Amino acid sequence: MATTTVIPDTRLQCTHCGEDCPDDKIVLETNHFCCEGCKLVYEILNENGLCDYYTLNNNPGQSQRIPVRKDKFAFLDDRKIQQQLIQFQDDNQTHITFYIPHIHCSSCLWLLENLHRLDAGVQRVTVNFSRKETFIVFRQQETTLRRIAEILTSIGYEPYISLQDLGQKKPRIQRDLVYRLGVAGFCFGNIMLLSFPEYFSSYGYSDEKMNHLFRWMNLTLSLPVFFYSAQVFFRSAWGGIKTGFLNIDVPIVLAIIVTFIRSLTDVFSGAGAGYFDSMTGIVFFMLIGRILQDKTYQGLSFDRDYTAYFPIAVSVLKSGEEIPTALPDIRTNDTLLIHNQELIPADGILVKGNAVIDYSFVTGEAVPVHKNTGEIVYAGGKQLEGNIEILTIKEVAQSYLTSLWNRDELRSPEEKAPSFIHMLSRYFTWVVLSVAVIAATYWWANDPSRIWPAVTAVLIIACPCALLLAASFTNGHILRILSRQHLYLRNADAIERLAAIDHIVFDKTGTLTGKAKATISYEGDTLSPEKLIAIGTLAAQSSHPLSKMVAAFCGKDERLPVRNFRSIEANGISGWVEYNFIQLGNATFTGAVNKPHTDGSTVYVTIDGQPAGRFIIRHQYREGIQELLQQLQQRYKLSLLSGDNDAEGNYLQQIMGPGASLHFAQQPADKLNYVITLQRQGHHVLMIGDGLNDAGALKQSDVGISLTESSNNFTPASDGILEAAQLVQLPRLIRTCTNNRRIIIITFIISLLYNFIGLFFAVQGILSPLTAAILMPASSISIVLLTYALSEWMNRS
Amino acid sequence: MSVIIILLGASLLVAIFFLAAFIWSVRNGQFEDNFSPAHRVLFETKPAETSTCKSGNACTNINCKSRICKN
Repeated sequence: MATTTVIPDTRLQCTHCGEDCPDDKIVLETNHFCCEGCKLVYEILNENGLCDYYTLNNNPGQSQRIPVRKDKFAFLDDRKIQQQLIQFQDDNQTHITFYIPHIHCSSCLWLLENLHRLDAGVQRVTVNFSRKETFIVFRQQETTLRRIAEILTSIGYEPYISLQDLGQKKPRIQRDLVYRLGVAGFCFGNIMLLSFPEYFSSYGYSDEKMNHLFRWMNLTLSLPVFFYSAQVFFRSAWGGIKTGFLNIDVPIVLAIIVTFIRSLTDVFSGAGAGYFDSMTGIVFFMLIGRILQDKTYQGLSFDRDYTAYFPIAVSVLKSGEEIPTALPDIRTNDTLLIHNQELIPADGILVKGNAVIDYSFVTGEAVPVHKNTGEIVYAGGKQLEGNIEILTIKEVAQSYLTSLWNRDELRSPEEKAPSFIHMLSRYFTWVVLSVAVIAATYWWANDPSRIWPAVTAVLIIACPCALLLAASFTNGHILRILSRQHLYLRNADAIERLAAIDHIVFDKTGTLTGKAKATISYEGDTLSPEKLIAIGTLAAQSSHPLSKMVAAFCGKDERLPVRNFRSIEANGISGWVEYNFIQLGNATFTGAVNKPHTDGSTVYVTIDGQPAGRFIIRHQYREGIQELLQQLQQRYKLSLLSGDNDAEGNYLQQIMGPGASLHFAQQPADKLNYVITLQRQGHHVLMIGDGLNDAGALKQSDVGISLTESSNNFTPASDGILEAAQLVQLPRLIRTCTNNRRIIIITFIISLLYNFIGLFFAVQGILSPLTAAILMPASSISIVLLTYALSEWMNRS
Repeated sequence: MSVIIILLGASLLVAIFFLAAFIWSVRNGQFEDNFSPAHRVLFETKPAETSTCKSGNACTNINCKSRICKN
């Protein structure tokens, strides 16, 4: 049984995209190309003196093997669609922002910003690298939106325009916190400076009049911090109280308010300088922590729904003409023309054409399906061969895939358990309150004048801000460490939930198996090399994906004559190659004995009417998957949900262990229900998947991680995005998350020590502003440094 | 000692200036993309080669096979 991997075996690299060239026939000057598309891009750039593109970086381009249809952007001529995409337009110029997934290096930046050399109507192009967006200003008299999109496509930078772009404004980046931080930093710094005379007043360096002035200036400077910068915490604490949940911001806000009032009374009564420096310092550090923790990955989106996958417009056939129509405007009984490689946007009946539809996105089934005229095709599939026409039976919003997305349980995700930090802070608050009460009773009995200073000092010093700092800085560091290993989590909550999981559910296609690679093997009668070549030559006549694999496996000889070639949809192909009549296809077509329980997809071969054998095509598992699964099954329960058939069930059971439960032929809804069942049993579920078919399960699970082959790819809504090659690192990534909790607890214990020192002064009512001013920043800064050192050390490689 | 009050005012003014500069730079989007500006300054603008057509001028280059230039 021979097994080879289907990879073109060449050493020539394409100048444009860096991929291997299939042969050395596509040459321009001294440069080799993998396809005509890449060569064309090179020619365009060469003609326009833009070849610096290739000198800035090696092979910066994207493979152009799949040509883009000529009229793909015809819909951009439509006024109505235009208006929804354009940001600004006056008599002279138009502003538009395109999302271009391919932007990845400085060459891209250079080329795109030199777009005016390819189209004189373009006035200015600005690339936002981290968001992969280009902002284009052009004169609409000299060029059109469609022309710009086409030029971008011709140089390999096809803008991605999806249904999501229609009418929706993208949320602006949150700059609000940064402003608040700026103000807090400004006030904190100045208050510290102005407090210095006060700190040293007991050493005789003071001037009564000056001190008075400084105190009032401090008070003025603290107002913006209290009323503007600290509002974030007020709001969050208020939100918590309203829902009856005592979150960590409640005691913090209490401490801020007590500090502020105590300081105000001190200044007004002339008793002292107050603790403005400590208060503003706390707010400043906590804001830094929050910004660090909330840092998001601009280039990634965690909230994609089906609209991000669907095209913005599709061609509707009306009296023989192709009219580009925006998706929401499609009605039932419209005839849609779906071009090669286009997504079917609405459920419909196939009326014309050879439908070979790739549903891997929706169902996970790896092998494309044939549909005959009159059959129903569902939205979400991708047409692979030629153009087809379908008659819509449902509007886009009511299609099968879309309705899956709009299910109610997905709309209202269950309340996720609050973080352990809030629980910790709750105990902490009660302890602090009792210490305050004890101090108050003591001084009430002994020296009632010291009740107020003692109680307020206790509340000031015992603010759990150190806990919050420890948590937010550690979360920030861990998110950064994970992103270095190419796991991008949506937010800090996901770290804690990932640490708590006890059940891992895998998708098969695209997750355990690679997307592109497949292995093919042959079993049956021994074939002579001539016969093998003959089979390959016949298979090369068809563009069915399985035929292509067979052709690549067997090799082909273009000089061999193929006669009477016939291709029967959904069955197979047949033809005379030299002196042999060869049939390739399924069992009924070839007349072979159908042997069930085979692995993967099967293509039977008959030569001159005699069954010869069969080709078996398997998707290849990712490297290291076996070790990964064996490692994981010792600590977690494993499950597999596959949209595919159970052909590879035995093998999977073997590598996933006897305890794993495997489920095949799972519809997207089944996957979702399976996750719900597990959760009802009290499991914390981690779902790892990649396609739209996993979207419901990803969203429902405690942590959903979607895999992506490259960061340009589109991933369904999830809590995290993991680069596929890093899947084998999963145990380590989970360990990093478990460390998160440990680090927070360690730093919290250390911060408690500071609190004890402070409390020692506070209960006696002798907490001087100087002690507070030293203790507060010292504890904050040391905790910040400690979280950093611990996170790096515990997660060192 | 009254000179301290003047100094105080001056130092606050300087600090306010920097705060304003910070807020302006955030609003201006200077912290949003930390890749492009750093690389953009390194690109040279070479004079366009003569073999290419420049739009707006009548094209006199008979060897030009450009797909883009419409002149």
